[in-house]
Amino acid sequence: MNRYLLPLGVFAALVILLAVGLTLNPREVPSPLIGKPAPPFRLPQLHQPEQTFAPADLKGKVWILNVWASWCAACRDEHPVLTDLANSRIVPVYGLNYKDKRDDAIAWLKRYGDPYDASIFDADGRVGIDYGVYGVPETYIIDKQGVIRYKRIGPVTPEILKEKIVPLIAELNRG
Amino acid sequence: MLSLGCPAWAGEAQPAVADPALEDRVTAVASELRCLVCQNQTLADSNAPLAVDLRNQIRERMREGASERDIIGFMVERYGDFVLYRPPFKAATLLLWVGPIALMIAGLAALYYRLARRRREVAKPELSGEERARAAALLAGDADAEKR
Repeated sequence: MNRYLLPLGVFAALVILLAVGLTLNPREVPSPLIGKPAPPFRLPQLHQPEQTFAPADLKGKVWILNVWASWCAACRDEHPVLTDLANSRIVPVYGLNYKDKRDDAIAWLKRYGDPYDASIFDADGRVGIDYGVYGVPETYIIDKQGVIRYKRIGPVTPEILKEKIVPLIAELNRG
Repeated sequence: MLSLGCPAWAGEAQPAVADPALEDRVTAVASELRCLVCQNQTLADSNAPLAVDLRNQIRERMREGASERDIIGFMVERYGDFVLYRPPFKAATLLLWVGPIALMIAGLAALYYRLARRRREVAKPELSGEERARAAALLAGDADAEKR
């Protein structure tokens, strides 16, 4: 009996390791910016280019930065969830319009609805690179001190909203 | 008649980029970095829009005088260790680097001990003189020896 125990044990360990691996997403690149200050920038707004926006403008508030584009199909998927979040008024939601054309972006918002307090126009994607954006949509939660506390890669689902985002916002607002 | 052929223009072919030396350095750095969209390609090989943007960033920074280390630091700061095409050798990646060799050594060691034990088991039986004679008889095909 004992001589079968060792190979069986090794096999069981291997099965557990592989089973856990199957639940992970190998394409996800965790962000090294969690816990670091949100990189500063100053960019024109989408609807009013004469007005600019910088993260420092929102110091003292917990806020969400959502990277989106009119050419991004998955952004349409998460749009209803973002709209719900914006309508709940628990947190200001700002959009970073990434590598888009101004007209296309404005048309997209008009067609599907605009959940954002304002959208920021990042035409060449430089700010996106500073924030480690590699796949749109991506969503950041930034706290009152301007530190990035959470990054969601991919569309925000209702589950993620309920289980991760809303509790974190509540926690950050308490602090 | 032959002079009706296509007009010829003799001149030096223009290089594809303005500064080939700079481009070589950009490609060298880009070959050490991973494209985050096509994650099995280097930044030098990939045609993803993000890869083009990042190569432009590398080129600009090099023009401004940044060193290779500066640029790699810039990328790792924003995208983490995964952006390095060759995983760094640190505590977190120790298992990745050492794992295969360690497994192979463990496997070879297990095989060695298995074989050594079998050799010992096989060598164990010591036959007495009578048993040896009986064995010889059996091997010689003497059917009577079995009954004896």
